[in-house]
Amino acid sequence: MLAKRIIPCLDIKNGRTVKGINFINIRDAGDPVELAMYYSSQGADELVFLDITATIEKRKTLVELVKRIAANINIPFTVGGGITSVENAFELLQNGADKISVNSAAFKNPELITSMSNEFGSQCVVLAIDTKKESDENWYVYLNGGRVKTSILAFDWAKKAIGLGAGEILLTSMNNDGTKNGFAEDITSLFSEKLSVPVIASGGAGTMQHFADVFSIANADAGLAASVFHFGEIKIPELKTFLLKQNINVRL
Amino acid sequence: MNLAIIKYNAGNVQSVLYALQRLGVNAKVTDNHKEIAAADKVIFPGVGHASSAMEYLHKTGLDELIVSLQQPVLGICLGLQLLCNFSEEGNTKCLGIFDVEVKKFDESLRDKNAVPVKIPHMGWNNIYNLSSSLMQGIKENSFMYFVHSYYAQLSPQTIATTDYIIPFSAAIHKDNFYGVQFHTEKSAATGEKILSNFINII
Repeated sequence: MLAKRIIPCLDIKNGRTVKGINFINIRDAGDPVELAMYYSSQGADELVFLDITATIEKRKTLVELVKRIAANINIPFTVGGGITSVENAFELLQNGADKISVNSAAFKNPELITSMSNEFGSQCVVLAIDTKKESDENWYVYLNGGRVKTSILAFDWAKKAIGLGAGEILLTSMNNDGTKNGFAEDITSLFSEKLSVPVIASGGAGTMQHFADVFSIANADAGLAASVFHFGEIKIPELKTFLLKQNINVRL
Repeated sequence: MNLAIIKYNAGNVQSVLYALQRLGVNAKVTDNHKEIAAADKVIFPGVGHASSAMEYLHKTGLDELIVSLQQPVLGICLGLQLLCNFSEEGNTKCLGIFDVEVKKFDESLRDKNAVPVKIPHMGWNNIYNLSSSLMQGIKENSFMYFVHSYYAQLSPQTIATTDYIIPFSAAIHKDNFYGVQFHTEKSAATGEKILSNFINII
């Protein structure tokens, strides 16, 4: 049976991990490769690297980093942040990334999804959506790292993007992100149950039970989190044992 | 160890190269017929579309070369599918080493919670009913990493089975030809063990 995936997310700036990571006994926790190797040895199923610099001059740093990650870890990983063209994506995939995540650039230019999917296959194309529930109870798409509101509903955009060739959705609830009060089960569940591609739930993980709920109640295919892993509040082996006890199929 | 990875238009091989490097093997990525024929072992990788891959193999004569190989050959992902008879992807006649059809997962199906099945089959799934030296030392129900929308049907040549919607061939073996649907190079320590079985045992 297909396992539910646990995905730590690493924010990268100038080739280094952002946020102080000090719990782990590794030589250089600021080095994304060291951290990636640590998570992979702990049983992470996949990793996501989000480059938050993403300026053109820093692109080379990212390519070099992707090369080092691919050489050192033996699980799949996604790279995202500022990817605006098929050429950008090609360079990262050629150097060993498994999937490319696109967000604002794809919203502004949906053709990007089509051309990436035609070129590399839809399994390489992850559409990241930052969404916020407004007072009208609807979930809207936000762009540019959550700074710009649009009038488009997240579900409508996801549906359209899947039609264009997106192979997976990384859904971040801005209402939940950073709260540690749990994932947004309503929108995650709508996505998981109505869309034909896997859905990664992101934003709000605070406890192991939150992961159990997003899998068993909201039917998410994967759960993504950053700080609860980086600060050692949740350890992946313990999380997986916890989920197995609740009959949630995970890889041990 | 002289290991050749077949270079053609399907997919990137960087991850396979890195995985081999971690096992201490420097493979050569090549489309040179002589080099491939002379290699001790051959890896036939692939991520892409069956019909454009077959077209390319035909145009370059690699199709005839591959079926004539006598040394151990390992097809990975699309590589496995191309070693079969026929693929529903673009209704493509493939290399025919395995008398097996490659079919598309049925998207109309629902799981037990009435949720539509997700295509591609993407993520970690377990393999069982393991046999052949390729699977030596691999525990039943080990998890491997899969990404695919088409699958090889079960056959007498199946050496590992996986269930997604239906049971299908996760790995196959006939004579000197082996195929794995999962990505050994992305399947953590278990994947590396299978690659190392191919390199060291077979």
